[in-house]
Amino acid sequence: MKDEQDDVDLTVQRLSRRGFITAGLAATACYGAYKWLRSRPREDGVEWPLRRALLANEALAQAYYSPSRLSPRFEPRDITRPRVNGRLGLVPDVDADAWRLKIEGAASPVALTLAAIRELPAHEMITELRCIEGWSTIVQWKGARLRDLMERFPPPNPVRFLSMETANRGYYIGLDIESALHPQSLLVYEMNGAPLNWLHGAPLRLAIPIKYGIKNIKAISTIRYTGVRPADFWAERGYDWYAGH
Amino acid sequence: MKTLVKKHPLAIRWFHWLNFPLLLLMIWSGILIYWAYPTYRVGLGDYYLFKMNLEQTTWRQLHVNNRLAEGMALHFFFMWLFVVNGVLYVAYTLLSGEWRALVPNRHSFREAVHVLLHDLHIRRDPPPPRKFNGAQQIAYTSVILMGVGSLVTGLAIYKPVQFSWLTWVLGGYPMARFFHFWLTVGYVAFFVVHIAQVIRAGWNNFRAMVIGYEVRHEG
Repeated sequence: MKDEQDDVDLTVQRLSRRGFITAGLAATACYGAYKWLRSRPREDGVEWPLRRALLANEALAQAYYSPSRLSPRFEPRDITRPRVNGRLGLVPDVDADAWRLKIEGAASPVALTLAAIRELPAHEMITELRCIEGWSTIVQWKGARLRDLMERFPPPNPVRFLSMETANRGYYIGLDIESALHPQSLLVYEMNGAPLNWLHGAPLRLAIPIKYGIKNIKAISTIRYTGVRPADFWAERGYDWYAGH
Repeated sequence: MKTLVKKHPLAIRWFHWLNFPLLLLMIWSGILIYWAYPTYRVGLGDYYLFKMNLEQTTWRQLHVNNRLAEGMALHFFFMWLFVVNGVLYVAYTLLSGEWRALVPNRHSFREAVHVLLHDLHIRRDPPPPRKFNGAQQIAYTSVILMGVGSLVTGLAIYKPVQFSWLTWVLGGYPMARFFHFWLTVGYVAFFVVHIAQVIRAGWNNFRAMVIGYEVRHEG
């Protein structure tokens, strides 16, 4: 009997030694792996393995993406108070008559007046603007489909990307071409039934409810077709470049 | 007489202990994200029971301010490891039959009340000794369902257009965010009770989660 009891104690001792040493090694390995991860050189404001993960998530999202899936539409009674979140790239009192939308990378250089954009088929939608910070608002937009503009002034060769920037390049975004062609990607000149004011991006802004708010650039001055992934203001500061919903 | 009894399979111990840092990182990165718009509360209009909102000075003292991009990058990295570990755990419990000890049955709820009263020193007689009592079965199964809830609500927030039907089922985008957040508060509550119970149950019980075996005194 005594021997059996000693056997139990010895076995527990042996198992404990093995178990707790393994646990200690595993904990050290986890800690080491995390420290390694967080000490990697950064790519656009975030450790490269995390950037690669964002790009892998993007590839997965693009594989699943379908232009037939729409951002939910809302009723006029659902419209919420609009919110202005920062003034990057915005300047008060833009002269709408002097303003032109430049398209670079098209077959020939294009500079459009607001009237020319208003001549494109107008579309209205009430959709959710989801800020990357977490808040969301519901807004009524009216404008032309980016897709229609792109078909009117196409690039000479198919391109994968498109960039947009404000007049002073105070703000700039990059888009994958599939998202730009989405039927709900609108070049907006009216919001909640009134012309845009400068804080909401007069004379022309982008409403793209399949992306986070950061891609809904205001006060667009230039659209550019490009074969290389364009720079994006927030993606350079650690955020996901794709930012797609 | 002392005997050694096998309690927790090796696979379950690994899944359990790996989940600890993974869930911790998901919560931590979630807090970094939450900072950017910290407005959850339970209430109606101007009246609320309680709200989860810290002053910006407090956030700064905790050094979790202005780290949204970092939080999102971490969240969307570790989510994969968290999901894989959770799926493997569930698959293992199903294939090995361990689920029988974990999933509540028709006696569990009565037994859970018994456990609660016993733990609160209201009822003297202990619940029948089994691997997992009714309260544990309910808690350990609930926390897995909460994990499923976090995945579902997380997907509804992450891709609210591609999975707009899911976001709609959850009551819309802000509502999906609300559920996602409160599930996390649920994990923290689970963790507090879990740690208290592990301390109460003692070393032999804790050690079994590391080495797999428990010492039983019989006869």
